[in-house]
Amino acid sequence: MTLGTPTAETTAVPRRRRTNGLAAVLRLREIPVTLALIVLVTATYLANPLFLSQQGVKDLLLNATIVIILAVGQSMVIITRNVDLSIGSILGIVAFSTGTLFVTVPGIPIVLVFLAGMVLGALLGTINGLLVTIAKVPSLVITLGTLYVYRGLNNAWAGGTQYFAGDRPRTFGALSVDTIVGFPLITLIAIVVVIIVAVFMASTRPGRDLYAIGSDPEAAKLFGIPVTRRVLLAFLSNGILAGLAGVLYSSRFNSVGATTGTGLEFDIIAAAVVGGVAIFGGSGTVVGAAIGALLLTTITSALTAVRVDKFWQQAIVGILILSAIVIDRVARIRTAKKLRLSEARDV
Amino acid sequence: MSNPPTELLPTATNKSGVRAAGRPQAGGRTGVARILLSRDTVMIYALVAFVTYAALFIPRFAGPVSTGFLLLDVIPALLIALPMTLVIITGEIDLSVASIAGLTSALMGVLWAAGLDIGVVLTLSLLAGVLAGAFNGLLVAVLGLPSLAVTIGTLALFRGLALVVIGDNAVANFPPELTSFFTSKLGGTGIPTVMIGVVIVAVFFGVLLHFTPFGRGLFALGYSKEAATFVGIKVMRAKFWLYVASGSVSALAGIYWTLRYSSARSDNASGLELTVIAAVLLGGVSIFGGKGSIPGAIAGVLLIGTINFTLRLNRISDVVLIIVTGSLLIASVVAPSIIEGISKWRHTRRHRRQLPQASALGETRATASGVQERK
Amino acid sequence: MEFIRPTKTRRTRRLFAFAAVAASVALVASGCASGNNAGTGAGGEGDLSITFIPKQLNNPYTDVVLGGGKDGATAAGFTGVEVVGPLEASASSQVSFINAETQAGTNVIVIAANDPDAVGPALEEARAAGAKIVAFDSDTNPKYRDVFISQVVAKDVALIQVKLISEQIGGSGEIAILSATANATNQNEWIKFIEDELASNPDYANITLVSKVYGDDDDTKSFQEAQGLMQAYPNLKGIISPTTVGIAATARYLSTSNYKGKVALTGLGLPNEMRPFVKDGTVTAFALWDPAQLGYVAAFAGKALADGTITGAEGDTFTAGDLGERTVGTDGLVIVGPPTTFTADNIDDYDF
Repeated sequence: MTLGTPTAETTAVPRRRRTNGLAAVLRLREIPVTLALIVLVTATYLANPLFLSQQGVKDLLLNATIVIILAVGQSMVIITRNVDLSIGSILGIVAFSTGTLFVTVPGIPIVLVFLAGMVLGALLGTINGLLVTIAKVPSLVITLGTLYVYRGLNNAWAGGTQYFAGDRPRTFGALSVDTIVGFPLITLIAIVVVIIVAVFMASTRPGRDLYAIGSDPEAAKLFGIPVTRRVLLAFLSNGILAGLAGVLYSSRFNSVGATTGTGLEFDIIAAAVVGGVAIFGGSGTVVGAAIGALLLTTITSALTAVRVDKFWQQAIVGILILSAIVIDRVARIRTAKKLRLSEARDV
Repeated sequence: MSNPPTELLPTATNKSGVRAAGRPQAGGRTGVARILLSRDTVMIYALVAFVTYAALFIPRFAGPVSTGFLLLDVIPALLIALPMTLVIITGEIDLSVASIAGLTSALMGVLWAAGLDIGVVLTLSLLAGVLAGAFNGLLVAVLGLPSLAVTIGTLALFRGLALVVIGDNAVANFPPELTSFFTSKLGGTGIPTVMIGVVIVAVFFGVLLHFTPFGRGLFALGYSKEAATFVGIKVMRAKFWLYVASGSVSALAGIYWTLRYSSARSDNASGLELTVIAAVLLGGVSIFGGKGSIPGAIAGVLLIGTINFTLRLNRISDVVLIIVTGSLLIASVVAPSIIEGISKWRHTRRHRRQLPQASALGETRATASGVQERK
Repeated sequence: MEFIRPTKTRRTRRLFAFAAVAASVALVASGCASGNNAGTGAGGEGDLSITFIPKQLNNPYTDVVLGGGKDGATAAGFTGVEVVGPLEASASSQVSFINAETQAGTNVIVIAANDPDAVGPALEEARAAGAKIVAFDSDTNPKYRDVFISQVVAKDVALIQVKLISEQIGGSGEIAILSATANATNQNEWIKFIEDELASNPDYANITLVSKVYGDDDDTKSFQEAQGLMQAYPNLKGIISPTTVGIAATARYLSTSNYKGKVALTGLGLPNEMRPFVKDGTVTAFALWDPAQLGYVAAFAGKALADGTITGAEGDTFTAGDLGERTVGTDGLVIVGPPTTFTADNIDDYDF
């Protein structure tokens, strides 16, 4: 039994309007994760003021950028009640292809490299989408398979070759360093992505259809929503964003090779879940997922900044994920009860 | 099994119409054909075919040395695949198995280094696995939280605890009698002695799933939770104990891993969960739940293990194995789906042709099935 | 009657599925097997085979070592030369590769161990089957191997890094070490010597080692560990990173941050990787050796063992091809040569 987003409350009775405004804001599913982030940052800052120094803030934002972009894409897929486990492998292939492009085509314009990466990501994401929709096979299985296949392709292509920062033009590497009014450039790119996708999900027909499909696929189909096309769109977008993340990865980090991106998938799903995207689909927002991604990357830095044993980091992430799930369930039960009561009242 | 009317109305009026794509259609085959040609037996044929081929054509494959090395490599995945099959059949999943194995290994290392008796160490480590499984069971079965998300969380939590417990250290000085026992073989057959234990576990789960009412109840549970509750199956209890079993067997796998390599580390068995799930799904267990078998799952694990082994034997890069595993997995779920889609399409076409009147009734029926076909 | 037709199509469908799966599996396997069957025959009169098992593949430093190893193996007279290894450096991942070599009857196994003990039992089985074991780069427990080829005297590696960092930070201040994995034998040996040197040598009395972090030879992780170091120890003046992945990742972080030029960085790095950072001033000097020589000598040592020229006992000598004679020291240790320091002046002379 899944329910829609809290916006279902606006199907209304007049008395409901009194509870809008502040209460509605407080009930947003993004609140817990935002609060957690604020608490974390404040506590760490008090323990070690360097945490929020100019360099520190820059590092936090830069670290989070790639995870944010990936989490946004993954949320789109999760909201339709699917999952894409192959994003780590897609990122790896695109990152390596970026390195290869710079070496084999010297002087290639950077914009072209971005486009190439996003096209490659789109292609790989579409393959996932086609397999899931046309073969009507559960996405967990398909993307587990493509996780292996894409990783294998990456290994076969790269072999032992690795491309380093020196193989790429200085300006490309500088993308991950330059700031505009103190805000790192690529973080701005990530924020723009979040805004675009958030608007798409909340205000356009295809975007809202994604929520419907995740809430109840059979009802969505009967309602006339072109389920296949929408799910395909979700996987395609996820692939494009994974491609973008791959290009940015090769700009920020030193080496790209055969093992780039291994193991990312669980971290990204965790970020989305922590940010309020229900794993059953049908609820959550990309903004929440972005905040979840920011939270998870901040934890690593926070723990090192207060010199806490880094060994605790993974355990803490696990606890966070479990708490997010429990909170989500509690919120869901409350909403269900409220709807039930309101329905009863109307009768 | 004997419901002629539904043959004329394929899955259009089937309640679980959309999900039927992954399920056997109504009116399945009967008797011997059903057993000999179902998805899991196909896997067993594939395994036998591959092993025969390898024994004949791949040098150095046939022989007790190979059997020994291969089985030693495959045992952790084999062990974990057994409860995993039951868990997936009930429609859930457990991604934290490898982390429980790792936690067990870390605990073993720390307790042994602290000087405890080896018997105590083993018991406590096994207990840790049981508790971890119970924790999973509490969250999924009792509180009803989604298992995919929960076990991603416990995957991180348990692996994190393993790190906290043992840190970056490794403990390697386990009693040699024990470690050599774990790598010892039975006489000249090359089969590792510990296989006896593995076979016992496999038989236990096989009998549990296929020959007890509890096991049959699991299939019903996976097919429809509500129906199972109405029939009297205690859903919550069943799922809880399955997770406990999963945790315990993962602990066993962790103990095996530690003693076979004589090395307790926090990153032992890292990534094993995906291998196990891929193998189990390959072996015919449906991710939707309600379908699968222990022999099929074992065949899946052994098939991937044997392919892995032969590739290593011929010094072929792991890259090939990775691509083969992924492709096999995709092919094994896509092929039946596509074939079923084609046969359904042919059936509908044939059915439409059989009703040349195209009466209102026929048209409605045709449209009903057409709704199913339209994407 | 309706049952028969659907059953038949379903049976055909299943048979088709079975045939498809079996055929594809057999096809893949046969394609792979036949491709590799020729030329991997070990044994035969006088034919010697050698297999290198590095810590992991996909590591540029390892690739250079293996290149030298393959050259050395051919020069030494091995007919079968193979390189196998895991894609990720974990403790138990090397075991199944060792087992495959045991089965193949390889004469010499050259291994860089991820964990000194986890590979032990497998190596013993290999030895029982007649193989000689040469450890290189990262040692196993001495009882599992015949000789250990170390590029340089471990102590020298530590000394030169401490000397470099001391010069670069002006003889006093806080320093930290960014290492690879916590169990890597060679890393721990060097770190221990560094600590001993800092404690005992009066020249370094004002230098304190405040932290050791581990980047697991993973680029991203090392990068983040470097970030963490700077935040946790704001007065840090220098970082030693005795691993090529770690020093490169740290250099990248420092060169893109406010700490460039303020925090000294040295360690063991590959010239090709470090060149841009030396040119832009992030790194003044670092050290290494010619990794290819390591593989080269290891191959010759393996040949000497297989021929029976040496047994790994102290005092044994053998000729390492063009590099001359080498003597086996205590515990089967063989040294290749002294380390090299790379600076802006000489970095362009090297290409690896």
